[in-house]
Amino acid sequence: MKYLTGLLLAVALCGCETVQPWERGILAKDEMQWQTNAMEAQLRNQIYTSKEASSGGAGAAGGGCGCN
Amino acid sequence: MGLCLCLSGWVHAQGAVVGEVAPAVRLPQLSGAGEVSLESLRGKVVYVDFWASWCGPCRVSFPILEKLQGELGPDGFEVLAINVDEVEADARQFLSDTPATYLVVRDGEGATPAAFGVMGMPTGYLIDRQGVVRIIHQGFRRSNEQALHNSIVELLGE
Repeated sequence: MKYLTGLLLAVALCGCETVQPWERGILAKDEMQWQTNAMEAQLRNQIYTSKEASSGGAGAAGGGCGCN
Repeated sequence: MGLCLCLSGWVHAQGAVVGEVAPAVRLPQLSGAGEVSLESLRGKVVYVDFWASWCGPCRVSFPILEKLQGELGPDGFEVLAINVDEVEADARQFLSDTPATYLVVRDGEGATPAAFGVMGMPTGYLIDRQGVVRIIHQGFRRSNEQALHNSIVELLGE
Protein backbone atom coordinates (compact mmCIF):
# COMPACT_ATOMS: atom_id res chain seq x y z
CA MET A 1 0.00 0.00 0.00
CA LYS A 2 2.79 2.38 0.99
CA TYR A 3 4.63 1.48 -2.15
CA LEU A 4 1.53 2.09 -4.24
CA THR A 5 0.93 5.51 -2.63
CA GLY A 6 4.53 6.46 -3.29
CA LEU A 7 4.27 5.34 -6.86
CA LEU A 8 1.03 7.27 -7.38
CA LEU A 9 2.63 10.40 -5.92
CA ALA A 10 5.57 9.99 -8.25
CA VAL A 11 3.25 9.60 -11.21
CA ALA A 12 1.30 12.68 -10.09
CA LEU A 13 4.55 14.66 -9.98
CA CYS A 14 5.11 13.79 -13.61
CA GLY A 15 2.02 15.88 -14.27
CA CYS A 16 3.89 18.97 -13.06
CA GLU A 17 4.64 20.93 -16.16
CA THR A 18 6.92 23.92 -16.57
CA VAL A 19 5.13 26.74 -18.35
CA GLN A 20 7.44 27.80 -21.13
CA PRO A 21 8.04 31.51 -21.77
CA TRP A 22 6.07 31.33 -25.01
CA GLU A 23 3.07 29.64 -23.35
CA ARG A 24 2.06 32.51 -21.08
CA GLY A 25 -0.52 34.07 -23.36
CA ILE A 26 -3.54 32.73 -21.52
CA LEU A 27 -1.96 33.33 -18.11
CA ALA A 28 -1.39 36.95 -19.14
CA LYS A 29 -5.09 37.57 -19.77
CA ASP A 30 -6.99 39.92 -17.45
CA GLU A 31 -9.32 37.22 -16.16
CA MET A 32 -6.32 35.18 -15.01
CA GLN A 33 -4.96 37.90 -12.71
CA TRP A 34 -5.26 37.78 -8.91
CA GLN A 35 -6.30 41.41 -9.04
CA THR A 36 -8.10 42.92 -11.96
CA ASN A 37 -7.28 46.48 -11.02
CA ALA A 38 -3.77 47.23 -9.77
CA MET A 39 -4.71 50.69 -8.45
CA GLU A 40 -7.69 49.38 -6.49
CA ALA A 41 -5.61 46.51 -5.11
CA GLN A 42 -2.99 48.95 -3.87
CA LEU A 43 -5.60 51.16 -2.20
CA ARG A 44 -7.23 48.18 -0.51
CA ASN A 45 -3.85 46.98 0.63
CA GLN A 46 -3.03 50.40 2.08
CA ILE A 47 -6.29 50.47 4.05
CA TYR A 48 -5.85 46.86 5.15
CA THR A 49 -2.33 47.35 6.50
CA SER A 50 -3.29 50.56 8.33
CA LYS A 51 -6.46 49.11 9.91
CA GLU A 52 -4.61 46.00 10.97
CA ALA A 53 -1.89 48.21 12.44
CA SER A 54 0.62 46.03 10.78
CA SER A 55 2.74 46.21 7.74
CA GLY A 56 5.22 44.19 5.87
CA GLY A 57 4.82 41.17 3.74
CA ALA A 58 2.91 43.14 1.17
CA GLY A 59 5.58 45.73 0.55
CA ALA A 60 3.84 48.72 2.15
CA ALA A 61 5.65 50.82 4.73
CA GLY A 62 4.26 52.27 7.97
CA GLY A 63 1.11 51.40 9.86
CA GLY A 64 -1.73 52.93 11.85
CA CYS A 65 -2.60 56.25 10.28
CA GLY A 66 -3.02 55.06 6.73
CA CYS A 67 -1.26 58.23 5.58
CA ASN A 68 1.94 56.73 4.19
CA MET B 1 9.85 10.89 -11.61
CA GLY B 2 13.61 10.93 -11.90
CA LEU B 3 13.16 10.24 -15.57
CA CYS B 4 10.70 13.12 -15.86
CA LEU B 5 13.15 15.50 -14.19
CA CYS B 6 15.95 14.26 -16.41
CA LEU B 7 13.82 14.74 -19.51
CA SER B 8 12.78 18.27 -18.56
CA GLY B 9 16.44 19.10 -17.91
CA TRP B 10 17.35 17.68 -21.27
CA VAL B 11 14.71 19.78 -23.02
CA HIS B 12 16.07 22.92 -21.38
CA ALA B 13 19.62 22.13 -22.40
CA GLN B 14 18.70 22.34 -26.09
CA GLY B 15 18.68 25.60 -27.99
CA ALA B 16 20.46 28.00 -30.25
CA VAL B 17 24.05 28.74 -29.26
CA VAL B 18 26.17 31.73 -30.23
CA GLY B 19 28.74 30.61 -32.79
CA GLU B 20 26.67 27.70 -34.08
CA VAL B 21 24.30 27.38 -37.01
CA ALA B 22 20.74 28.37 -36.06
CA PRO B 23 18.04 25.67 -35.84
CA ALA B 24 15.95 25.20 -38.98
CA VAL B 25 12.79 27.26 -39.34
CA ARG B 26 10.00 26.68 -41.84
CA LEU B 27 6.73 28.33 -40.95
CA PRO B 28 3.66 29.82 -42.65
CA GLN B 29 3.36 33.58 -42.90
CA LEU B 30 0.56 35.22 -40.94
CA SER B 31 -0.37 37.17 -44.05
CA GLY B 32 -1.14 33.87 -45.79
CA ALA B 33 1.58 34.45 -48.38
CA GLY B 34 3.07 30.97 -48.01
CA GLU B 35 5.88 29.44 -45.99
CA VAL B 36 9.21 31.03 -45.19
CA SER B 37 12.30 29.14 -44.18
CA LEU B 38 15.40 30.47 -42.50
CA GLU B 39 17.48 28.61 -45.09
CA SER B 40 15.89 30.65 -47.89
CA LEU B 41 17.29 33.78 -46.21
CA ARG B 42 20.86 32.41 -46.17
CA GLY B 43 23.24 35.08 -47.41
CA LYS B 44 21.36 37.77 -45.51
CA VAL B 45 21.77 39.02 -41.98
CA VAL B 46 18.60 37.89 -40.21
CA TYR B 47 17.08 38.99 -36.93
CA VAL B 48 14.82 36.17 -35.75
CA ASP B 49 12.40 37.75 -33.29
CA PHE B 50 10.13 35.62 -31.10
CA TRP B 51 7.10 37.68 -30.11
CA ALA B 52 3.59 37.42 -28.71
CA SER B 53 0.64 39.80 -28.51
CA TRP B 54 0.65 39.75 -24.70
CA CYS B 55 4.30 40.76 -24.46
CA GLY B 56 4.81 44.45 -23.66
CA PRO B 57 8.42 44.84 -24.82
CA CYS B 58 7.42 43.22 -28.15
CA ARG B 59 5.17 46.21 -28.72
CA VAL B 60 8.20 48.45 -28.20
CA SER B 61 10.37 46.39 -30.54
CA PHE B 62 8.06 46.41 -33.57
CA PRO B 63 8.46 50.03 -34.73
CA ILE B 64 12.20 49.82 -34.14
CA LEU B 65 12.56 46.58 -36.13
CA GLU B 66 10.41 48.14 -38.82
CA LYS B 67 12.78 51.10 -38.98
CA LEU B 68 15.87 48.87 -39.09
CA GLN B 69 14.30 46.76 -41.83
CA GLY B 70 13.56 49.87 -43.87
CA GLU B 71 17.00 51.33 -43.36
CA LEU B 72 19.20 48.23 -43.67
CA GLY B 73 16.96 45.95 -45.76
CA PRO B 74 18.52 47.10 -49.05
CA ASP B 75 21.96 46.09 -47.70
CA GLY B 76 20.79 42.53 -47.01
CA PHE B 77 19.10 42.67 -43.61
CA GLU B 78 15.87 40.81 -42.92
CA VAL B 79 13.64 40.59 -39.86
CA LEU B 80 11.91 37.23 -39.40
CA ALA B 81 9.35 37.70 -36.66
CA ILE B 82 7.97 34.45 -35.24
CA ASN B 83 4.64 34.76 -33.48
CA VAL B 84 4.09 32.26 -30.66
CA ASP B 85 0.57 33.24 -29.58
CA GLU B 86 -1.73 30.39 -28.61
CA VAL B 87 -4.64 32.18 -30.24
CA GLU B 88 -4.04 33.37 -33.78
CA ALA B 89 -6.68 36.10 -33.52
CA ASP B 90 -4.63 37.76 -30.75
CA ALA B 91 -1.66 37.97 -33.11
CA ARG B 92 -3.81 39.49 -35.86
CA GLN B 93 -5.23 42.06 -33.45
CA PHE B 94 -1.69 43.01 -32.39
CA LEU B 95 -0.60 43.40 -36.00
CA SER B 96 -3.56 45.61 -36.83
CA ASP B 97 -2.53 47.90 -33.94
CA THR B 98 1.21 47.59 -34.59
CA PRO B 99 1.69 47.00 -38.30
CA ALA B 100 4.84 45.36 -39.63
CA THR B 101 5.93 45.10 -43.25
CA TYR B 102 8.70 42.60 -42.55
CA LEU B 103 8.28 38.81 -42.55
CA VAL B 104 5.90 37.62 -39.85
CA VAL B 105 5.43 33.88 -39.49
CA ARG B 106 3.55 31.88 -36.90
CA ASP B 107 4.25 28.86 -34.72
CA GLY B 108 1.27 28.14 -32.49
CA GLU B 109 2.68 24.75 -31.43
CA GLY B 110 5.82 26.08 -29.79
CA ALA B 111 8.23 23.77 -31.63
CA THR B 112 10.42 26.59 -32.96
CA PRO B 113 10.86 28.50 -29.68
CA ALA B 114 11.66 25.16 -28.04
CA ALA B 115 14.29 24.42 -30.71
CA PHE B 116 15.84 27.85 -30.12
CA GLY B 117 15.60 27.50 -26.33
CA VAL B 118 13.78 30.81 -25.87
CA MET B 119 14.15 31.84 -22.22
CA GLY B 120 11.95 34.94 -22.21
CA MET B 121 9.79 37.10 -24.40
CA PRO B 122 10.85 38.65 -26.63
CA THR B 123 14.10 36.98 -27.61
CA GLY B 124 15.97 37.98 -30.74
CA TYR B 125 18.64 35.98 -32.54
CA LEU B 126 20.94 37.90 -34.85
CA ILE B 127 22.13 35.49 -37.51
CA ASP B 128 24.96 36.24 -39.94
CA ARG B 129 25.15 35.63 -43.69
CA GLN B 130 26.41 32.08 -43.09
CA GLY B 131 23.42 31.22 -40.90
CA VAL B 132 25.42 31.29 -37.66
CA VAL B 133 23.86 32.75 -34.50
CA ARG B 134 26.02 35.71 -33.46
CA ILE B 135 24.00 37.55 -30.82
CA ILE B 136 21.13 36.44 -28.58
CA HIS B 137 19.12 39.35 -27.27
CA GLN B 138 16.55 38.90 -24.51
CA GLY B 139 13.91 41.50 -23.77
CA PHE B 140 13.65 44.78 -25.63
CA ARG B 141 13.99 48.43 -24.69
CA ARG B 142 13.94 51.55 -26.79
CA SER B 143 17.56 52.15 -25.77
CA ASN B 144 18.64 48.86 -27.43
CA GLU B 145 18.11 50.31 -30.89
CA GLN B 146 21.55 51.84 -31.42
CA ALA B 147 23.48 48.77 -30.26
CA LEU B 148 21.34 46.51 -32.42
CA HIS B 149 21.81 48.83 -35.40
CA ASN B 150 25.59 48.75 -34.92
CA SER B 151 25.67 44.96 -34.62
CA ILE B 152 23.65 44.53 -37.81
CA VAL B 153 25.87 46.97 -39.73
CA GLU B 154 28.93 45.11 -38.49
CA LEU B 155 27.56 41.74 -39.66
CA LEU B 156 26.47 43.22 -42.99
CA GLY B 157 30.05 44.36 -43.56
CA GLU B 158 31.58 40.92 -43.01
